[in-house]
Amino acid sequence: MRRVVVTGMGMVSPLADGVNTSWTKLLNAESGLNAIESFDVSDLPAKIAGQVPLGDGPGLFNADTYITPKERRRVDDFIVYGMAAAQQAVEDSGWAPQGDEDRYRTGVLIGSGIGGLPVLSAGSLTVDCEGGGGVRRLSPFFIPASLINLISGQVSIKYGFQGPNHAVVTACSTGAHAIGDAARLIMWDDADVMVAGGAEAACCRVGMAGFSQAKALCTTYNDNPTAGSRPWDKDRDGFVMGEGAGVVVLEELEHAKARGAKIYAEIVGYGLTGDAYHITAPSPTGDGAYRCMKAAMKRAGMNPEDIDYVNAHGTSTMADVIELAAVKRAFGNAVNDISMSSTKSAIGHLLGAAGAVEAIFSILAVQNGVVPPTLNLDNPDEGCDIDLVPHQAKERKVRAALSNSFGFGGTNASLIFKSFD
Amino acid sequence: MSDVADRVKKIVIEHLGVDESKVADNASFIDDLGADSLDTVELVMAFEEEFGCEIPDDAAEKILTIQNAIDYISANS
Repeated sequence: MRRVVVTGMGMVSPLADGVNTSWTKLLNAESGLNAIESFDVSDLPAKIAGQVPLGDGPGLFNADTYITPKERRRVDDFIVYGMAAAQQAVEDSGWAPQGDEDRYRTGVLIGSGIGGLPVLSAGSLTVDCEGGGGVRRLSPFFIPASLINLISGQVSIKYGFQGPNHAVVTACSTGAHAIGDAARLIMWDDADVMVAGGAEAACCRVGMAGFSQAKALCTTYNDNPTAGSRPWDKDRDGFVMGEGAGVVVLEELEHAKARGAKIYAEIVGYGLTGDAYHITAPSPTGDGAYRCMKAAMKRAGMNPEDIDYVNAHGTSTMADVIELAAVKRAFGNAVNDISMSSTKSAIGHLLGAAGAVEAIFSILAVQNGVVPPTLNLDNPDEGCDIDLVPHQAKERKVRAALSNSFGFGGTNASLIFKSFD
Repeated sequence: MSDVADRVKKIVIEHLGVDESKVADNASFIDDLGADSLDTVELVMAFEEEFGCEIPDDAAEKILTIQNAIDYISANS
């Protein structure tokens, strides 16, 4: 099987626009969570989120950097974030196809969990609400602005990438599945280079209301937003909504070597399973998560003791302890030698972007020999007795990192990234 | 008349993100100003909103240039 390496990374996160600034802030234990001010939250039980910091200046997101005002009107925010992260990743990789054959061998696979919820919500009001204007006032861009695969479509058009053009939709495991599936397309020789990841921007009234009604969101830290996301802590009470995008450039090893590309890490493991249990709750046995991690290890040809860091799904919900039990089962005695943290403690839950953003954090942990912290882990819940990297980042050798992502519908994905020497 | 022309051109400049110098009376939305079929639908919607008129689909299909738009709006609003 052809080997696949990571040669470019891009990120738009609640901490910052850009991989390096987000990572630096993450290691400094900074939080990207705030009270929501961009829309009315007075009637919403959850009033905090990890929103992308907008503005001009270092680390702030300015859409004009990535997209013209004309194009901007054709897309919802999740596509803007996805295009921005893709641009960062492509530029970082230095990959610029020189001819048709290069373009045919370069594909895009960027997904989203929900897609254009703000556009869908506003469009519905236009068509169906009295005074909304009716059918004739609906934008001709309503559909292409909200379709999930239009991130991949837009990125391919922008760069002329004419290889596989695909999108994943698996709720909160979207980003991980996208990267795993894209790697397999390269392994199977369908492409040499894939731009892969996830994007999300469902932080709007309808999105907040929907997750609130599903009783999934944190509601007791409205007055103290940075304390809201607290994986494995006894006082956690739900996830904090996040938004943003993570995109990587994946490349066949010899292709990357031949052009002298810098290589961040090798993607060696990918596991996928289904819980077949409940539409929103994970199976209490954690069996789906366990089998998923084992499948990734098997694909990687690795034993638990070969892995040093786990970037947990860890959403700051009751499910945290189920995942931890599954990790203990999957790692056996080696669980006492790993570090595991949840970076959602700093950025909230980016839904379809989470797996991709967390894959990048995992790669950076491997590359830099440091594991990011779990913020707000003041009083670990019962049984949370392994190294969960509370409060502060920790330097340690990370030969390989495993990143977990689990989604509504009982869909699970695990990725393993290994140091490339 | 000139008022209608100015308002039409302003809408075209905003929606198509084109430079003012390119917005000549005889400019074609698609051939000269880089619009696609979806842009032209949106332009007609913007004209309807600006001038408080309704432009039926069969008339909209014939609005291909800035002058076409000015003429239609001048005659129908």
